[in-house]
Amino acid sequence: MIMYILQVLINGILLGGVYAILGLGMSLTLGIVKLTNLAHGEYIILGAYASMVLQSALGVDPILSLFISVPLLFAGGYLLQRLLVNRAMKDGAESALLVTFGISVILKDALLLIFGADARHITVSYGNESIMIAGLSIPLLNILLILISGASILFLEHFMQKTMTGRAIRAVSDDTEAAALTGINVGHMFALAAGIAAATAAVAGLSAGMKWTWYPSSGGHYLLIAFVIVVIGGLGNVGGTFAAGIVFGLIQVIGGASYGMLISYIFLVVILTLKPQSMFPRIKKLTGGRGNDAGR
Amino acid sequence: MKQDAAVFDNVEAGYGNVRILNGLSFRVAEGEVFGVIGPNGCGKTTMLNALSGMIRPSKGMISCFGKELNRLEAYERCRLGIGRTWQIPRPFAGMSVYENTLAAAVHGAGRKNLLRDRRSGRKESDTALKALEETGLAEKKDMPSGELTLLDRKRLEVARAMASEPRLLLLDEVAAGLTEAETTQITDLVAGLKEKHYTVIWIEHNIETMMKATDRLMCMSEGRNVLTGDPAEVMASETVERLYLGADDE
Repeated sequence: MIMYILQVLINGILLGGVYAILGLGMSLTLGIVKLTNLAHGEYIILGAYASMVLQSALGVDPILSLFISVPLLFAGGYLLQRLLVNRAMKDGAESALLVTFGISVILKDALLLIFGADARHITVSYGNESIMIAGLSIPLLNILLILISGASILFLEHFMQKTMTGRAIRAVSDDTEAAALTGINVGHMFALAAGIAAATAAVAGLSAGMKWTWYPSSGGHYLLIAFVIVVIGGLGNVGGTFAAGIVFGLIQVIGGASYGMLISYIFLVVILTLKPQSMFPRIKKLTGGRGNDAGR
Repeated sequence: MKQDAAVFDNVEAGYGNVRILNGLSFRVAEGEVFGVIGPNGCGKTTMLNALSGMIRPSKGMISCFGKELNRLEAYERCRLGIGRTWQIPRPFAGMSVYENTLAAAVHGAGRKNLLRDRRSGRKESDTALKALEETGLAEKKDMPSGELTLLDRKRLEVARAMASEPRLLLLDEVAAGLTEAETTQITDLVAGLKEKHYTVIWIEHNIETMMKATDRLMCMSEGRNVLTGDPAEVMASETVERLYLGADDE
């Protein structure tokens, strides 16, 4: 029984790494730009297709495709924010929300046109291999995915805390007007944040693509998961997002294929009712210091 | 001949459909400390918002050191040389005191003086530390800015504005909410700014405080310039007296 519980815990935690990276970009966009990017799910699917195409075209391990897909999605996210969403934001959050909805529809239809409606999956030779440790079977793929997720989060933490650009993004997240009056180009920082969020979607797309099958229309499913992760972990809270991913992963493993999602959404409603400021308000907020329940 | 640091020419501005500034006109000379008084709701803070780029005028022209500002974003105005403090301090609470001034030094002063800095080898960190020293915050540079006292937050507002190396400094009620002793300290700080040749536009409800450090005083009412001149003469005028006695003051 103990071995079974340990196995479930390990599977849940490892799976949580994938869910954490799914929610990370959404968390950043909401925390910094204060915008719900309805196209984030499509960014994730785009990331999955990008890895699949690069694996096929270059014949390399899909993980190496990140060296191309991450900069590509960063550039795409940056430009869409700078050229479209920032302009719409001047007319209010509703306009910007509609623009992201438009981007979502266009991306979904474009993917359908290019790749067709077939189910896809990124296959790797080590996809079904496991490592045995103290009688516990640990899937190699899940270990790799949580390492990628953890490395992405640590890199982002370092960037936000130690670089001047990261500090400027935190300043914008903290107080947009005060940041502008210290000479920070808020539109550029919003675009950088959106670019980083899209770059995390490239990583999320690879992870989800290696773990599950997907279609051009799967973006909505991943968007919903990202929402749940953000609500549990808190807006702009990178550490909280990682913890929320783990919680979500555990729920999926415990609930299984039949009840995992249902339990997650019930859990989401409970969290929204009892702790709307997220489960982890005290985890240090990397994009600003006021925590999730503070601010002006 | 010194140029005008700031010019408002028949400016109309407000929020949505509510117009606050109604043809406001005035000039501020380079190097002077220019005080602004007026009853509540007369448009003092709106004037600062229009000058710093928080709102845009619907009519008229605002310029700073000869450059028209109407179409410039707030960050561009900062890089042009406008620094501002807020009535209620707004430090970046997630950052240390030093990081607050460093952000202004890098993005405000740094971008503005990029070539000069490269030639001289001067670093933005020096600019940030100098601003903290000049405002008496050097010893608290590693403290989280959210943990500062009100007086120190007001100082940080000034330090952050100074770190962007402004030529024109906008002070919005820096003495508001302070004790008498703290008010003296902040007044001394503003008086020190004059000695360092900053041009300052200073809004203050505590007129007695402001009288000690201003060169000229403008009294506003209903979004207009009612009277501008020597501080003592403005305060002695019947118009100003009537405005203050006839209106609720804070």
